[in-house]
Amino acid sequence: MDDTILEARKIRISFGGFVAVKDVDLKIKRGSIHAIIGPNGAGKTTLFNLLTKFHRPTSGQILFNGQDITSRKPAEIAKLGIVRSFQISAVFPHLTALENVRVALQRKLGMNYHFWRSQKILRQLDAEAMARLEQVGLQDFAHTRAVEMPYGRKRALEIATTLGLEPELMLLDEPTQGMGTEDVGTVTELIRKVREGRTIVMVEHNLGVVSTLADTITVLNRGEVLAEGPYEVVSKNPQVMEAYMGVSAEEAEGTDA
Amino acid sequence: MTDIAEFEEDVPAQDRGRTRIGQAVLWILLLGFVLLAPFFLYPVFVMQLLCFALFACAFNLLIGFTGLLSFGHAAFFGGAAYICGHVLTAWGFPPLLGIIAGGLFAAVLGLVVGALAIRRQGIYFAMITLALAQIVYFFALQLPFTGGEDGLQGIPRGYLLGFINLNDSLNMYYFVAVVFLVGFLAIYRTIHSPFGQVLQAIRENEPRALSLGYNVDRFKLIAFVLSATLAGVAGSTKAIVFQFASLTDVHWSTSGEVILMTLVGGMGTIFGPVLGAFIVVALQHVLTGIGSWVQVVIGATFVACVLVFRRGIIGEIARLLKLHSV
Repeated sequence: MDDTILEARKIRISFGGFVAVKDVDLKIKRGSIHAIIGPNGAGKTTLFNLLTKFHRPTSGQILFNGQDITSRKPAEIAKLGIVRSFQISAVFPHLTALENVRVALQRKLGMNYHFWRSQKILRQLDAEAMARLEQVGLQDFAHTRAVEMPYGRKRALEIATTLGLEPELMLLDEPTQGMGTEDVGTVTELIRKVREGRTIVMVEHNLGVVSTLADTITVLNRGEVLAEGPYEVVSKNPQVMEAYMGVSAEEAEGTDA
Repeated sequence: MTDIAEFEEDVPAQDRGRTRIGQAVLWILLLGFVLLAPFFLYPVFVMQLLCFALFACAFNLLIGFTGLLSFGHAAFFGGAAYICGHVLTAWGFPPLLGIIAGGLFAAVLGLVVGALAIRRQGIYFAMITLALAQIVYFFALQLPFTGGEDGLQGIPRGYLLGFINLNDSLNMYYFVAVVFLVGFLAIYRTIHSPFGQVLQAIRENEPRALSLGYNVDRFKLIAFVLSATLAGVAGSTKAIVFQFASLTDVHWSTSGEVILMTLVGGMGTIFGPVLGAFIVVALQHVLTGIGSWVQVVIGATFVACVLVFRRGIIGEIARLLKLHSV
């Protein structure tokens, strides 16, 4: 039991009559990279929102390190060591890269409500923020505002910010979405680099990324777990091939029309 | 990081020189104006400018730096004016204590209104603040101590700290100037504090701030209470200057006016609301001769501002000159 960091027991959520996630059981192994894949509308992001408490499950239970976190709030989850990223790039656009990372770092100073104190006090975090930026190759962008950075760099900045909290568990929602091949390679490298000492759960569309990074893959379809296992096993599962490829093909036609 | 030692926030390297000059120019203009204005302009008029400027700055802390549009700030401004007027008139409080009483009242009211309103976002937030402010208006009309339609008249200015006679207009002026500057600096500091940094993060990307572990609602509530308190200080000071508190102070049109001032000057800028308040109050003064057409002129100014310079005057200047944090 001890090597399970996050566990979902029969979690379900329905919006109106629509069951988006249907009694999903999930066990995330400590230290692994666990990918959640599936066709569009399979409930991946909803499952993600459930795990990070942005949604409350209709039923079921979520355990983090054996502790029941089903009714915790998103901010509390972050304090426990679960930090998520978002599908759309989650940076603070009008802050510089350095300030973006500092926002994550400053929480531990315990003076976040100190409105009477000068911001200069946050300077003590600059060296650490800079180190985080270097870790993702953004040292030259430290004083650039996030809004002016290219897309791939924003995703890297987001990861640097997340790392600032030293999360035990990182949840990345489509980290390579909308990226060119070069950026995909960079981010994949980055994830490989930062996995040391932590667990990563990612929703990902890019099967290339999943096959190189993930230790375990969970395939979702219509809100249910279709298959689970390493890439070699999952990719040969006929049900997965049918559901995944079948729906993707339809979708491709849909977007052409 | 020694090269940015003089900035509280991190400014992109290429913009540092210009930003430093821009900030210095605006500070000198503001301080110069505040110190010298009563020698060139009618002091009561300048005091009115400063009271509304502080009101607009307090409002801007919320809309510009937290991203919350309150449509009920007149309740704090006007409510505090009544409380200050009452404690000065009926209980014989000294003026400074009157302002503190007004500010405290606004803080408590802000806590109640804020706690209810921050549960909703956007237009719903604005509607809740408006509805609650209308309740305050109703009380201002009905409660026995407010003087109903007549308002609270003949508020004594009294003696500051027991020996400075505020009936002397220059004494009164410099007292108001100090209140304004203290309030302005308090807002400036709040914006440039660790707290202000989190506020900015919330305004820029609320879900992300939440996922980084910040209790977003608590930050919003504290910002709301700070803003309400300073709006109350502005209203109390105004009540002492004019020696009356009236229904106009708590009327929803005053809530609208402060939005106008902030947008004209530039929301989310530091000096913008001051300039915006000066422009709106000055227009009202200059145009008193044309009666209710004032509203038309001010309305047209507002439309022009929104169409031509959406960021407000200071906001557009800052964008053109690539100045940060002005």
